[in-house]
Amino acid sequence: MTDMIKTSGLVKRYGKVVALDGLDLVVPGGTVLGLLGPNGAGKTTAVRILTTLLEPDGGTAEVAGIDVSKDPDKVRKRIGLSGQTAAVDEHLSGYENLTMVGRLYHLGARRSKERARELLERFDLVEAGDRPAKTYSGGMRRRLDLAAALVASPDVLFLDEPTTGLDPRSRVQMWETIQDLARSGSTVLLTTQYMEEADRLADDIVVIDRGRKIAHGTADQLKNQIGGERIETVLKSADDLHPAQTILQRFCVGDVQVDEQARTLTAAIDGGVDVLRSVLGHLADANIAVVDVGLRRPTLDDVFLSLTGHHAEEVAETNGDAPEAEPERTTERDKEAVR
Amino acid sequence: MSSVALALQDGIVVGKRNLIKITRVPEILVWITMSPIMFVLLFSYVFGSMIEIPGMPYREFLMAGIFTQTVIFGATFTGASLAEDMTKGIIDRFRSLPMARSAVVVGRTGADIFYNLTSLVLMTATGLVVGWRINTGVLEAAGGYLLLLAFAFAISWIMAFVGLKVSSVEVVNNASFMFIFPITFISNAFVRADFLPGPLQTFAEWNPVSAVAQAAREAFGNTGNLPQPDVWSLDNPIVYTLIWVGIILAVFVPLSIRQYNKSAGRA
Repeated sequence: MTDMIKTSGLVKRYGKVVALDGLDLVVPGGTVLGLLGPNGAGKTTAVRILTTLLEPDGGTAEVAGIDVSKDPDKVRKRIGLSGQTAAVDEHLSGYENLTMVGRLYHLGARRSKERARELLERFDLVEAGDRPAKTYSGGMRRRLDLAAALVASPDVLFLDEPTTGLDPRSRVQMWETIQDLARSGSTVLLTTQYMEEADRLADDIVVIDRGRKIAHGTADQLKNQIGGERIETVLKSADDLHPAQTILQRFCVGDVQVDEQARTLTAAIDGGVDVLRSVLGHLADANIAVVDVGLRRPTLDDVFLSLTGHHAEEVAETNGDAPEAEPERTTERDKEAVR
Repeated sequence: MSSVALALQDGIVVGKRNLIKITRVPEILVWITMSPIMFVLLFSYVFGSMIEIPGMPYREFLMAGIFTQTVIFGATFTGASLAEDMTKGIIDRFRSLPMARSAVVVGRTGADIFYNLTSLVLMTATGLVVGWRINTGVLEAAGGYLLLLAFAFAISWIMAFVGLKVSSVEVVNNASFMFIFPITFISNAFVRADFLPGPLQTFAEWNPVSAVAQAAREAFGNTGNLPQPDVWSLDNPIVYTLIWVGIILAVFVPLSIRQYNKSAGRA
């Protein structure tokens, strides 16, 4: 299988800000690569370079074997782009948007019209096809935008955060559409902030942060990389978070993650149900009320947090405060329990 | 297909998009149709009844000047529309397509010829209603309209460059007013250039806007008993206008296309 996307040592700076810091990517033909990272990680910059919208400051990028800097127009004939903000003309109807894009891919007038009708049908936009796109819902606009990317049946498809800002129903619809595309053999590079999305759609995942690749593998490989099961405990009272954290810390591998808002503690453990039982026993002894508890396989979220370290920093801060704050709070809690 | 033909075809596709937009946004349609009518009525009744110039009725003198000023103002629309487009996601779509890099600007300035044509038709109709008449033949008059359109097209390219350079609709509007008011008022569009004081007279005589107004006036037969101008620019207004159109296009077509590519992110 030939590699349809290949970058090596890609660098892009905006003034002093380094958006891409030597990014290497390889996407074999017919596969879906998920480019995963937080806001500002460099995902969109990578897509903009690969789709010829930006010139890199260093490194090379090839799409379908063509160098994007040397022969951008040849690359443009082979790609489709669907962006973060739906790149359709709001005053034109869906049909007019698609025929215009067809004409600009030089498909010819008749073929452009045929293709527009096919795609409206496929994306469930036939009824809305003659209305200006500004009357469309967010989900419909995204579908139209994706349809526009597919007008010339491109060899390589770039989807930049295709579901950001969509409601849950539209998101699931968009996922199904992308899965269909993947099944039909398209090569896709997909950027996302949603772990669930990468897990579901991508054959291969590259996690990037601050313009660098920090992990690469299938969803399963990445999950295994950061250890086994998670114990997740939801407490009744936020006051119990710190004492419960101290208890959990004794049983877990690595740090306990604290979500104060959801009153939830999460920790990686080794030893399954036995450990869960002991933890519950200790929590009961300490008089800590538990609303919900469970064991789960690590999600890509966990992978992401432990790799980028952003969340870990927050936990470290909380831990730093904990020893001093804890006795006082424990007393307060005891008092409340007595009352 | 040759690359020039392909570029032209892409420009037409984008131009069609711009024309569709005019029909979909009522505010633009109102502006396009109302402002020419308003200009003709305002100028002919407010100034036309107050000002007298020796040699002919002022209202007849004025009409070619209003036509000239209005089509130059039309160019502001070119700049503002491009500035607005540059902030939209559709530009990313265009830039990821294998289309000519010139198409977005060509499509804009091209579509604005229709915009100016509509203006001219409405102004002519309004002019006829208030008593203005074309005193020459069809061919000569058509030549006058063509020259107005050609000059407006050239000014469109200047405004296209401004619009792409600043990428803000408000700035384009303000900047173009700063430019359009002096060049249209220090000309023979509304007054006789030979009556202006010293340096202003020289500026007005060599101002291409004067040549356009003079050429249109002659084409419509609205020169009355005015003396034939004794500067070359106004004695040969068609040639002088065409020289300016050529110079402006030669400078601003490449400049605007380059600015489009620059502003759109690919330096």
